[in-house]
Amino acid sequence: MRIKVNKDNCTGCRLCMQICAIEHFSEINPKKAALRIEAKFPDPGKYKPIVCILCGKCEEACPEKAISKSDTGAYVVDKEKCTNCGECIAVCPVDVIFQHPDLDHVIKCDLCMKCTELCNTDAIVKWEKPEAAAVKEAHNG
Amino acid sequence: MGNGLAGTTLRVNLTTGEITRQPTDEELTRRWHGGRGVIAKILYDEVPRDADPLGPENVFIINSGIMSGCFIPAGAKVEFGSISPLTNGHGDSNMGGHLGPMLKFAGYDMIIFTGASPKPVFIYIDNDTVELRDASGYWGMGSLDCEAKLKKDLGEDFEIATIGPAAENGVLFSCITHDFGRQAGRTGQGTVMGSKKLKAIVVRGNRSIKVHDIESLTKQVSDIILRTQKHPNMEPWQKYGTSFFLKWSNDNAVLPSYNFKTTYYDDIDKVDGDQLIEKCLITHKACFGCWMNCGKYSKAVIPGKPEVHLEGPEYETGALCGPNIGMKDINHVAYINWMLDNYGMDTMSGGGVIAFAMECFERGLITEKDLEGHTLKWGSIDDVEHFVDMVANRRGIGEVFSQGTKRAAEKIGRGSEKFAMQVKGQEMSGYDGRWAPGMLLSYMTADIGAHHNRAWTITVDIAEGRETTEGRAKIVVYLQHIRPLFDTWCICRLFWGELDITPEEIVDSLNHITGWGITFDEALKTSEMIWNLTRCHYIERNKNNGRTFDYPPARSWEDKIPSGPGKGKGVTKEQVEQLLDDYYAARGWDNKGNPTREVLEDLQLGSAADNLEKAGFLGEPVEGGIPAVRGEKYKPKAF
Repeated sequence: MRIKVNKDNCTGCRLCMQICAIEHFSEINPKKAALRIEAKFPDPGKYKPIVCILCGKCEEACPEKAISKSDTGAYVVDKEKCTNCGECIAVCPVDVIFQHPDLDHVIKCDLCMKCTELCNTDAIVKWEKPEAAAVKEAHNG
Repeated sequence: MGNGLAGTTLRVNLTTGEITRQPTDEELTRRWHGGRGVIAKILYDEVPRDADPLGPENVFIINSGIMSGCFIPAGAKVEFGSISPLTNGHGDSNMGGHLGPMLKFAGYDMIIFTGASPKPVFIYIDNDTVELRDASGYWGMGSLDCEAKLKKDLGEDFEIATIGPAAENGVLFSCITHDFGRQAGRTGQGTVMGSKKLKAIVVRGNRSIKVHDIESLTKQVSDIILRTQKHPNMEPWQKYGTSFFLKWSNDNAVLPSYNFKTTYYDDIDKVDGDQLIEKCLITHKACFGCWMNCGKYSKAVIPGKPEVHLEGPEYETGALCGPNIGMKDINHVAYINWMLDNYGMDTMSGGGVIAFAMECFERGLITEKDLEGHTLKWGSIDDVEHFVDMVANRRGIGEVFSQGTKRAAEKIGRGSEKFAMQVKGQEMSGYDGRWAPGMLLSYMTADIGAHHNRAWTITVDIAEGRETTEGRAKIVVYLQHIRPLFDTWCICRLFWGELDITPEEIVDSLNHITGWGITFDEALKTSEMIWNLTRCHYIERNKNNGRTFDYPPARSWEDKIPSGPGKGKGVTKEQVEQLLDDYYAARGWDNKGNPTREVLEDLQLGSAADNLEKAGFLGEPVEGGIPAVRGEKYKPKAF
């Protein structure tokens, strides 16, 4: 399972970021979301949702073995083990692992799929059975 | 557990540079609900009645409201307020985008600016860091250019609002711009910023907004979003935004064309929503947390001119900078939209001013000599480009028009007042009310001048009869209480009208956020209190009976609609008087348009009654006392 991005559909509303933070922290705060929206304005004038691509580099980089692959395929952070050292952030190729001053652990996508439920333009959708070629194309896009 | 507030209010004395923090006043918020309400109260209490709107005594306020940023559908507004240099009364204007929520994520509900800076500054906010910084390097830049430069200099994740050269130069209908195309356009709020030498507001924050009941709020809002995704209006709304409405207005004889001479545009197919999507659209664009994405980020491509990017034209700009000035190419409308945005002028008043000047030119009241050798003909993009530059820089005859149509007509004279399409100094929105009497009354009585956001009645006018004024006053009063509530809560109003989300549902959301436990009727009464206070304020400042300010220009009753489905139609002067008689009666004001002590005291505005009495304009007691309509929920059939 993955999150599929249809980047041309994104309108920059950030509902996905709001619901992500609410789901995981019961707080309204897009800076506690585990995904981000890239906005390029005034030129060319485009949005792009950036989500975890499940590359596993964070798991390899974590010195505390705090990140592991779950049954759904997500690389999940163990908040007890995480020391907030930031090694995973340094290796994330798409910059979707975050720190926040309120927290002593990193924020990372766990594929809960809440973000996909409210997106009204299908800019991010639940991807049940991704094929390798399609994944490559999506990530290169 | 929270209450939707970020917690802190900033007071910034621009004269001395002193910045003070205070806890946001919860009692004030509970009574006035934030946004437009709190702004109305502070302006009433703090600005001397004889203060020049462009002088240091005017107070300029930014308020992000009680609901903005709180996971509310379309909950992204921020309200600006000060005494309007256009109307000389309470002025407010709001914008979507991301600034309001970001202000709360940085920890602030409101910024109150007093005084005036001796040199250009911008306010820099990054959580606890709040500074006035030198803006001399940005002064003179276009609004859109300045936002791009500030993002480059400070970081892409700042939310930024700017003013343009028009505001710096004192063009009275200057706006505030944000997110490369969202504007607080009306009432000259940008001009007030310019007078205070405040070039920009720059905000970044990472705090959480705490609400009363996050579980109930999340469930309710998620259900609303999922339910309305299937609403039949969702698809056209997402595709066109408000631009699809141009054709509807044309078909229904309310589309202002050629400076409101007529309400039907033969060339509508060249400038409508289909043309916008086909020729100009780059991407759909949404405000924070909004699933309707009405914003259309566009390009204008015209041979011989640079390709420019802009947001829009949405309905109002499309109407007032399209048919109302005779444009016949959507790229030309979009280019004018960009020009006005980057100079930092309201596209609605801007379109109205261009149209008025075009009619003056057509009638020989201004000539090529006044226009530095140029003409100003309907539909000419080159003429408009030159004229707008003269206005933005207040050069030559541009100085006259830079003060808006009311003041320009006073200077030009020779009968031009008749077709200066404004009320109280503010230019009309993109609907002609001649054959929509409720809409005309809405313009006449709106507290900020002729703006449609206080009450929009055209579907009601059509449903209940366009020839008669009967019942219209009650509808206008009711809508004048419900629609400004959205500006009070700092959320968008469009999803209510378009997606059948009820006001009661929105009040439920308000209660989940605040824990207030109020009813919709209580909210309406708060809105009525705000309305009466801004009315008292206007009368106190302008020192005459309220009725004297409530008339539209004479074109509204002297000229019948000359073409299209409304041909030969239009209200009479007697009907205009009847509308006002009915309206004052519906509000419980006296026939001179002045609020009475009985009404004001019922709204806990006793001190406003005292002040109005001292000014000599307290309404005479009205026979029959307080009318039932004030507390009665009058639901128009067509809503």
